Amino acid sequence: MNQAIAFYVLSAFILGFAVLVVSTRNTVHAVLYLVLNFLAVAALYVLLTAQFLAVIQVLVYAGGIVVLYLFVVMLVNLKRPPEDHSAPQRHSWIGFGLTGLVLLELAVIIAYGSIAAPGPANAQNTDLAMYNVEKIGMLLYTDYLIPFEVASMLLLVAMVGAIILAKREL
Amino acid sequence: MIDTYLIPLLKILFVLNATLVGVTYMVLLERKVIAWVQVRLGPMRVGPYGVLQPIADAVKLILKEDITPTRADKWVFTAAPIIVMVPALITFAVIPFGPVVNLFGRQVPLYITDVNVGLLYIVSVASIGVYGIILGGWASNSKFPLLASLRASAQLISYEVAVTMTLVSMIMTAGTLSMVKIVESQYNAHLWFIFVQPVAFVLFFIGGLAETNRAPFDMAEAEQELTGGFHTEYSGMRFALFFLAEYANMIVVSSVATTLFLGGWLRPFPNIAALSFLGIIPSWMWFLLKTFVFLYIFLWVRATLPRYRYDQLMRLGWKVLIPVAIANVVVTGIVMVLF
Amino acid sequence: MLLSTALFIIGVLGVMLRRNIIVIFMSIELILNAVNINLIAFSYQLQNGIGQVFAIFVIAVAAAEAAVGLGIILAFYRNKETINIDEMSVMRW
Repeated sequence: MNQAIAFYVLSAFILGFAVLVVSTRNTVHAVLYLVLNFLAVAALYVLLTAQFLAVIQVLVYAGGIVVLYLFVVMLVNLKRPPEDHSAPQRHSWIGFGLTGLVLLELAVIIAYGSIAAPGPANAQNTDLAMYNVEKIGMLLYTDYLIPFEVASMLLLVAMVGAIILAKREL
Repeated sequence: MIDTYLIPLLKILFVLNATLVGVTYMVLLERKVIAWVQVRLGPMRVGPYGVLQPIADAVKLILKEDITPTRADKWVFTAAPIIVMVPALITFAVIPFGPVVNLFGRQVPLYITDVNVGLLYIVSVASIGVYGIILGGWASNSKFPLLASLRASAQLISYEVAVTMTLVSMIMTAGTLSMVKIVESQYNAHLWFIFVQPVAFVLFFIGGLAETNRAPFDMAEAEQELTGGFHTEYSGMRFALFFLAEYANMIVVSSVATTLFLGGWLRPFPNIAALSFLGIIPSWMWFLLKTFVFLYIFLWVRATLPRYRYDQLMRLGWKVLIPVAIANVVVTGIVMVLF
Repeated sequence: MLLSTALFIIGVLGVMLRRNIIVIFMSIELILNAVNINLIAFSYQLQNGIGQVFAIFVIAVAAAEAAVGLGIILAFYRNKETINIDEMSVMRW
């Protein structure tokens, strides 16, 4: 009961902030709403007993990536006025078309699939919640070692690429 | 009912009050310590030995006129000091002040909560504090604070990497992310972790100095740099809030260093029964003493060392601290596998 | 799951309808977040750790992509002085 209330409140926040992100005129405000969105998503993760992921979300997403966005916005916005109101009608039919497609797909999945209710909290169920960090660590290092290493390679490449792209002289 | 709601609420109120009072008196402590290092006396007029000085400061700042620059972004301008203060305060939710203690016939743990990702929570919350600084400079709508805030936040996020790497080696030594269990693992290992990982301690301390914008890394806010840094346009209580947030951050870093390296609330040599007469001093008192030692070292360093230039600062962070931190992680891993 | 679908749709609309390229990138982050919420919800329901591990990888990939994308934006801005994607998409100099 408590959990359902918390979930609905958090969902309202998440969706509200998301709508604000895509609809604000001021870019800096949009970035701030994005931060609030990510924090609400992290709270949702805690509700779903994924504590490690919630902290990672705050640390990487809200604390790192959005700071990066804020930096770029400030460096870019220093002399540019906000975007003017040119015609959106050319693109919007693509957007609505894609939306309709996704909704159709979701309807098909709901109709043909079956969504089970969350299982009762027996000894096996609380394992993931209580020892969250240890279990994820075990999974990362045993079953999913290769994707882990590939991801680290990817991050290294991205780091080098970003540095080269942003340097003034090479 | 009482246990789940009332006791944590009381603890939160108590810790918040203690923190705010402590932060206010840090102002006095800093001025006194720096004065003594410089062979003078510091504030002496207000109250006996200057003890009422913070109250005078607070009254002065509250009564000051609250100026908002005309074309500044009002919401962001107001929110920036709050965004800096809140992470510093909510970190105290996971810091353990003592073990489970018998108070009025109830078993009360002397920490607000024990999150199983406690250390990572502290790091992530600290990375949100960067926003307040960027937004403070931005919302002032003038060039100097904006540039100063960008430099300050670049410094903060650079040293965040070094501190996180250091914490990774500490996590490997302790084997857990939860703050309470880190203290317990120091009890089990019969040794404070400062003796196990002296390099990590030095790294964490330097990184902590840089993270809290403290001397010698206080480019962001020194009066001689960029006309006052990112809080030029702030006056009165908002300015006070920035400074109090900085002191609160200092207390947080000291508390975390105490928990990680100095054994939290354990007395020295906790496993040797011969020294159990030291148990007269309660555990939270040990915690406060150790935190106070760290705070004193913070102030001592400020009074002693000259300020780093910005490029020297960034060079130190990226080219020295991060490689040493990574080497520390590797060496810790190797040693843990071998023994 | 409905939540993540709704978030996904908002993100897609954001990508389609805004012209400020930074907001487009942020909408992409919204889409990735929607996917993550979905993964975590399923991980909670099926009590399997795979969902969370995959979500970690998604976050890592999103971080890499944001860094490189912002680097591209910076390099672009230095040359063309605009962040309006209509002006950017004209392929002549």
